[in-house]
Amino acid sequence: MERIKSVSDLKKIRQLSGLNSHAASQPASKDPVVIKVAMATCGIASGAKETYDYFVEELGRRHINATVSQTGCMSYCYAEPTVEVTIPGQDPVVFGHVNSAKAQEIIDRYISQHELVDGIIPASYKTV
Amino acid sequence: MEKNYIFVCGGIGCRALESEQLKKNLQREIILRGLSDEVQLVTTGCFGFCEKGPLVKILPDNTFYVQVTPEDAGELVYEHFVMKRKVERLLYLHPETQQRVTEAKDMDFYKKQYRIALRNCGIIDPENIEEYIARDGYAALGKCLTEMTPEMVIETIRKSGLRGRGGGGFPTGLKWEITRKSAATPKYVVCNADEGDPGAFMDRSLLEGDPHSIIEAMIICGYSIGADRGLVYIRAEYPLAIKRLQKALQQAEDAGLLGKDILGTKFNFNIELRFGAGAFVCGEETALIHSMEGCRGEPTFKPPFPSVEGYLGKPTNVNNVETFANIPVIINKGAEWFSSIGTEKSKGTKVFALAGKINNVGLIEVPMGTTLREIIFDIGGGIKDGKKFKAVQTGGPSGGCLGEQHLDTPIDYDNLIEAGSMMGSGGMIVLDEDDCMVSIAKFYLEFTLHESCGKCAPCRIGNKRLHELLDKITKGEGVKDDLKKLKALGTVIKETSLCGLGQSSPNPILSTMNTFYDEYKAHVFDKKCPSKQCKDLIHFTIIEDNCTGCTLCFRNCPVNAITGEKGKVHEIHQEQCIKCGICFSKCKFDAILVE
Repeated sequence: MERIKSVSDLKKIRQLSGLNSHAASQPASKDPVVIKVAMATCGIASGAKETYDYFVEELGRRHINATVSQTGCMSYCYAEPTVEVTIPGQDPVVFGHVNSAKAQEIIDRYISQHELVDGIIPASYKTV
Repeated sequence: MEKNYIFVCGGIGCRALESEQLKKNLQREIILRGLSDEVQLVTTGCFGFCEKGPLVKILPDNTFYVQVTPEDAGELVYEHFVMKRKVERLLYLHPETQQRVTEAKDMDFYKKQYRIALRNCGIIDPENIEEYIARDGYAALGKCLTEMTPEMVIETIRKSGLRGRGGGGFPTGLKWEITRKSAATPKYVVCNADEGDPGAFMDRSLLEGDPHSIIEAMIICGYSIGADRGLVYIRAEYPLAIKRLQKALQQAEDAGLLGKDILGTKFNFNIELRFGAGAFVCGEETALIHSMEGCRGEPTFKPPFPSVEGYLGKPTNVNNVETFANIPVIINKGAEWFSSIGTEKSKGTKVFALAGKINNVGLIEVPMGTTLREIIFDIGGGIKDGKKFKAVQTGGPSGGCLGEQHLDTPIDYDNLIEAGSMMGSGGMIVLDEDDCMVSIAKFYLEFTLHESCGKCAPCRIGNKRLHELLDKITKGEGVKDDLKKLKALGTVIKETSLCGLGQSSPNPILSTMNTFYDEYKAHVFDKKCPSKQCKDLIHFTIIEDNCTGCTLCFRNCPVNAITGEKGKVHEIHQEQCIKCGICFSKCKFDAILVE
């Protein structure tokens, strides 16, 4: 990343990344599905690393346009590993207890066919 | 055509209210009405509004139905999907307006959590500074450095009403002001990430999920108090938090947001890490400072406060991780916005680590003033296995236990202290009817006993004596006088200890004695443990009338303390029994009696 030399530089970066984010833009067919795996210490301990690897491998194998990234704790300790999936143009959906089998179901049904599956964790909070 | 979804809450609270049957009935109705292609059922996790369960949410129109019974399934499917009308009587009745909530945009009423400190956790990639910047990251820093004087920043924090989230609740703005006004230089900003309460993990989650927010807030603090160096005291047991923080520091430095001439404003600030070895007492600010100086992690007398004489004898502002996490939002959204959330004297939100005998173990953030009942029975989904709530332990080893009578107390710093506990850093451990309060008090005392630095006599010797008394009581050797001694000694330790650790160490005992005195009396006078946890006070016997002689208990007894023949009543030999309870859990005929 280039050095940010002023507040206006900072604003530019924010605006640029804002344009790239999926919530702000119109969904385009080339936009990838975004998958975020909660990978704090506790998530990793409950198998998030395996889930992460599975998504990377399986989505690659099937040539599905997707990015898989890590994120911090989603705070649903009772449902680790937790994963958030955003299909371009749609609200993010969080799934709990995502092991490899659940990950496969998510890829097969939600990512490929846009059909919701059991195990969704409803957003139970408001934020700033 | 867009597909409709019926979300049926599969949380344990709703399942107890027949949500499984409801789901079956809905499925039947969908098929019956020929809607299988248009409507799909999905079982979800907990909505955090269990008091009105079972809950049903319909997408995409976002309708939220409450207290839906299995008998309502027919009407719901027919009205909503065939007649395209909302089922008025199943909509939520707003307690204040007495109106049914019909508008999709108002359907957030069930969301009791409000995330300020945790705003980016689980949303951004903590190792990617651009994602942080995209969510207004470093905007507050830019605003402070270019539009605000240090005094204006301090005034904003002071007006916001933010108080220290590490437990003490000291007003943050005032602390910054005192440090700024201290004449000596250089000054230091310290982030206390020495999270040590059993069951507490909010600081770790913040550092692992949103490290840049802490860095940004520390730079803002440095600018406000006139410091150009910051230190994060973090325990070495948090390797991932350390790794992510180090990476974030490097990124911030590379981006010109940390180091020399930040954002072209000539302001310089550097942050270093200091690793703690995991001593609980080092969360106390004077002990923390000594540990950073390379001395023994022992507290010293205050005053002088660190704001006047801290790290290397210079003015030092020490704030907790969660306190820092709130700063950028306060700068961005203003003091008035922040102070509009919470109670009169406690503003904003608090993150709690909800653990123990609760269904939805997790990290939560709620506005100050939320009641324990809402936290435990709505957000937490109630007590595990349908057991009865007994108490909630807040504030870790420095806090206390709050019983049923406190369930409706709005949580803030002052109410918790009044109720005999404290906010602490935010650990919340829920206890059910099977927990023995004397044993719980003993557990926490063992923790402080182990973690006491040994510097002052009340804490070092007093807690040891308290522990001996509790040990005696749980073994059934307690006498009437011991209860008096516990109270008197506990009070003396509180009044005479040097630092916060000692001053609060008797709290678990004193608060449980206050609320659960009957349990102490049962242990001392009746030599009984009402929760049947204290091994020396219980014994297992066989109820002859119920025993079928199935041999299951004695085949599972690890010490062969049960004898008998197949088909005949078995017998437990008390002298051999180690009271492990295996026979009790294995018996299928309720033939084992514990008393």
